[in-house]
Amino acid sequence: MYTQGLDSLGKEALHVASTDTAALEARFQARVDADEKIEPKDWMPDAYRHTLIRQISQHAHSEIVGMLPEGNWITRAPSLKRKAVLVAKVQDEGGHGMYLYSAAETLGISRDQMMAQLLAGTAKYSSIFNYPTPTWADVGAIGWLVDGAAIMNQIPICRCSYGPYARAMVRICREESFHQRQGFEIMMTLARGTPEQRRMAQDALNRWWWPSLMMFGPSDAESKHTAQSMRWKIKRFTNDELRQHFVDVTVPQADFLGLEVPDPELRWDEATQHYRFGAIDWDEFNRVLKGNGPCNRERLEARRRAWDEGRWVREAALAHAEKRKRRESSRAA
Amino acid sequence: MTRVPESEWPLFEVFIRARSGLEHKHVGSVHAADARQAIEHARDVYTRRQEGVSIWVVRSSDITASDPSDAEALFEPAKDKVYRHPTFYAIPEEVKNL
Repeated sequence: MYTQGLDSLGKEALHVASTDTAALEARFQARVDADEKIEPKDWMPDAYRHTLIRQISQHAHSEIVGMLPEGNWITRAPSLKRKAVLVAKVQDEGGHGMYLYSAAETLGISRDQMMAQLLAGTAKYSSIFNYPTPTWADVGAIGWLVDGAAIMNQIPICRCSYGPYARAMVRICREESFHQRQGFEIMMTLARGTPEQRRMAQDALNRWWWPSLMMFGPSDAESKHTAQSMRWKIKRFTNDELRQHFVDVTVPQADFLGLEVPDPELRWDEATQHYRFGAIDWDEFNRVLKGNGPCNRERLEARRRAWDEGRWVREAALAHAEKRKRRESSRAA
Repeated sequence: MTRVPESEWPLFEVFIRARSGLEHKHVGSVHAADARQAIEHARDVYTRRQEGVSIWVVRSSDITASDPSDAEALFEPAKDKVYRHPTFYAIPEEVKNL
């Protein structure tokens, strides 16, 4: 959340002989180890910068694409209250995307570049948003499970070594908790409703449970970036640790709702004090990630259309600003 | 008509006064066609939950910042001037209101 203006690199970063790189890297790692924050103008290894650009921009894209499955229900929310809440939630997701794009921009990539990568399909976003939302219960399940998993992923990032990312995340986490609670409340209302409403809630849980577990990313054995990211304190816990924590806190919530988690192998393990759960279908995860989930094409198509149809607004706003400036300067003359 | 390549809206830094009586504090940045629109965007992006009662925006390119590699030269000299702090002066316990 600083700027490209402030982002122009410090002198130190500019005139560096390659022999000095090792010394700079050592000093950088020492600062990270001492829990100091790295700020935009500070020297940082190229790989750190690129890892952050990739992670923060993917995170931003996820917020923006994430508006689509829920936006689908704004016009059909079952009451005015639910509609107002859903509009506020979807607007928050847009806001979170903006905080994150700003944070990524401090690393030297422009917002238009990031947008171009998303629209060209070269940047990833969370695979969860490629699943459809056919019923109102999906809005509840997304808030409860998807936002719940997101919070679990994001809270540790509030302590990330990169200052602008950490600050954006503090803001986001503060707002996400409303998302999760409103989702759980929708599920609770349905679970206490008619048999048909209960069936709807159960059906949504059946469809969102496994994709939510996949949100934590590949298992530790498969995760390419984990070790380096933990050394840089971009990441604080491994994918599997976070996933386990999510299962442990969420299963009792499903029990409270009287809904059944769709995993026949799920059971409480007294020895480890954790739930054991069944194997995740990583083929499905990879299929969706590669662009072949149920809604990948539709989501990108919606973003491309929004970009193209918004072009005249972007151009008109600039032209209007230009005109106003000319008018004001001629009045002053 | 040939279409000019699209140019990005410039970046503005946003400062918000949380309550009257407090100073404006930097909270982030927004893109906007001009300062007036930047205020509108800042309002939508940074004050959805009554985070502020007043907004400043300034073109990011108008900010001049110190260089982090100058930090030592700029800020180190203050380190050995402990006499600028009240705790530097030993005053007997019995002296009150000092």
